[in-house]
Amino acid sequence: MSDLYTINKSPFEKNSLDSALKFSKAGTAVLLYEDAVYAAVKGTAVEEQIKAAMGDKKVYALGPDLAARGIAEDRVIDGVELVDYTGFVDLVEANDKVQAWV
Amino acid sequence: MSEVKKFMYLNRRAPYGTIYAWESLEVVLIGAAFDQQVSLMFVDDGVYQLVKGSKPADIEMKNFTPTYRTLGDYGVRHMFVDKASLEARGLTQDDLIEVEWEDWETEEEVDNIVEVIDADKVVELLDESDVVFSF
Repeated sequence: MSDLYTINKSPFEKNSLDSALKFSKAGTAVLLYEDAVYAAVKGTAVEEQIKAAMGDKKVYALGPDLAARGIAEDRVIDGVELVDYTGFVDLVEANDKVQAWV
Repeated sequence: MSEVKKFMYLNRRAPYGTIYAWESLEVVLIGAAFDQQVSLMFVDDGVYQLVKGSKPADIEMKNFTPTYRTLGDYGVRHMFVDKASLEARGLTQDDLIEVEWEDWETEEEVDNIVEVIDADKVVELLDESDVVFSF
């Protein structure tokens, strides 16, 4: 079984994304929400970091937080799975534990 | 009559995730009553405040993009955006809202006061401001 890592800070303002990815093992589920959804967007300075993480981890982003910030779904990096609040709950339920990288 | 000062509001935080952007907007609107020369600067994650198309209904927050669009009517004459901050986030000026400005006395009009500038210009504008408010 694997863990769910949640990240809610902008990757351009805090190093939460860096640390979460650095200290995660293969198979970890990574959920980006609140300001962390900016990391899920194509063409940013952290796009390669997300793509590299998807090599052995699954990355999710919370749809309502993307919509709030004006990010259309077609601007999300291919392979990042969008979830709604119910999907968030499903991820919590499906993993052993939740670790929040605040 | 008192001397007119150059006020600069420096915005460095993304909207919605924290209260900074909203607080800045509130202070700008309050400050507008004092007839000073008001400019806004958006750098780092602050550039996200001007991204158009925000739909925050599902996160149960107020959409404050329409408020930015009215700033020209509150005496804000310039809204500057740091080019490098936009580029690092995969954004261009096309992703940003437009803000109109009109001088009601002279009827001078500007279609869009949102201006993308480089870092040297940011430095220059901060330097020539009398007061810089940071958010």
